[in-house]
Amino acid sequence: MTTLYDAATEAPAVAEPPAAELRSVSKWYGGNRVLDDVTLRVQRGEIVALVGRSGSGKSTILRVLSGLAGDFRGQRTVQGAPAVAFQEPRLFPWRSVRDNVRYGLTRTKLSRAESLSRADQALAEVGLADKAQAWPLTLSGGQAQRVSLARALVAEPQLLLLDEPFGALDALTRLSMHRLLLNLWRQHNFGVLLVTHDVDEAIALADTIVVLEHGRVAHTLPIENPRQPHGLRDRHTDDYRAELLAQLGV
Amino acid sequence: MTTREVPAAPVAPVAPGTEPAAVQSVSWLRRVHARRWEILRWLSPLAVLLLWQAGSAWGLIDPEVLPAPQTIAEAGIELIGNGQLAEALRISGVRAAEGLLLGGIIGTTLGALVGFSKWADATVDPTMQMIRALPHLGLIPLFIVWFGIGELPKVLMVALGAAFPLYLNTSSAIRQVDPKLFETAAVLGFSPLQRLRTVVIPSAAPQVLVGLRQSLAISWLTLIVAEQINADSGVGYLINNARDFLRIDVIIFGLVVYALLGIITDALVRVLERRALRYRA
Repeated sequence: MTTLYDAATEAPAVAEPPAAELRSVSKWYGGNRVLDDVTLRVQRGEIVALVGRSGSGKSTILRVLSGLAGDFRGQRTVQGAPAVAFQEPRLFPWRSVRDNVRYGLTRTKLSRAESLSRADQALAEVGLADKAQAWPLTLSGGQAQRVSLARALVAEPQLLLLDEPFGALDALTRLSMHRLLLNLWRQHNFGVLLVTHDVDEAIALADTIVVLEHGRVAHTLPIENPRQPHGLRDRHTDDYRAELLAQLGV
Repeated sequence: MTTREVPAAPVAPVAPGTEPAAVQSVSWLRRVHARRWEILRWLSPLAVLLLWQAGSAWGLIDPEVLPAPQTIAEAGIELIGNGQLAEALRISGVRAAEGLLLGGIIGTTLGALVGFSKWADATVDPTMQMIRALPHLGLIPLFIVWFGIGELPKVLMVALGAAFPLYLNTSSAIRQVDPKLFETAAVLGFSPLQRLRTVVIPSAAPQVLVGLRQSLAISWLTLIVAEQINADSGVGYLINNARDFLRIDVIIFGLVVYALLGIITDALVRVLERRALRYRA
């Protein structure tokens, strides 16, 4: 080990470690190999969409990254505690909306007053400041999903894992949730791993689309000029869709 | 409960003292009409009481068989006045409370174990089901042989009866805790103890309270039977003693007391239930 600091060999990628990284991760359920040598990286400030058919291992990757599935082979690196939002909002019905958001701060040791103000701030960011006292069962599907996002983001994670979070919403609500997610993402600059089966959603949101097939990474598709606003769609978008659909075998 | 939620008919905003008599009577009728089902519900038991009282007064009902409601009320006032009722209530109340507490602790603890662990389910549950199949009131002679005729057999009888509803409801409530919420709590970094407190207990509470209501009802029933067989104190003794003196009014009053005890304690648990379920829109 030399004491000299050699700036020239310091690659720029080393400056900031990725928000999440899997290296050669494999996982078995019973006798089935559900993940087969998966290598995947999500940088901070990057949105990676994971697409694939049912049973391709999308959700398993998310479970491995979130720490829910501990039994795997390979290497997992995650910066801080990842936040997760699921397809169902999974709010605790016996707690008020605000207390549900405060659950996102379980890992942090904050005073009650501080956690309350952070929760209210997070609710304001998702546009639900006026619902702080409401019971979750009184919310619409879109509102509940926004509370779920607020709960995930209140602890300011470096990595946000989204498991088909907009799949159960109607088309219009889904579009406004996309915009909300992008606003929050621009503001907080976390890395996002978005599991989705919606190819258009992946193209609309992601920097990189990873296609999963039988537990393996089949294709990685970087998007040029990502996140074009609606209406500015060009042939470009259609090309990506055609390519992805072909890769998915549709 | 639902009948009470019928909104009163709107009353026209007229300055007091200025409305004509006709308007007044119409609004009164409307109010009666809006609450007609609630009024009707009170009407039929009241009518039965009135018929009973009238039948007794006219000599149609033999007072040696069924004394008038008024006589029964007077017997009650007598027992309240000389302090016998308060003493009997205290003793019966302690028996029921001790039995319910003991049975409740055993029932919820075993229920929780069986709900959480497949291992406990396979080892504890068959035995519990076997014991449950025995009619517990039929065990009274056995309990007298085993534990004598003091307080112990009565409390144990109540405990035995009260344990099962709480056992069954607790184990099934815990099995039904949403695994997705449990997983969510894990993702949010909850410790196992926090998961118990924030996920398991609140989601199991409503059904455990249903079990508590059933256990309460069984506790009173068991106590009534146990106090009939052998007791030298308590509400059951009051009734048995009255039988020896052919005081049918006291016997019926004692039964009314048992009924009121059941209704009141059940209402208390229902208050808890409503609180546990207040989040349901």
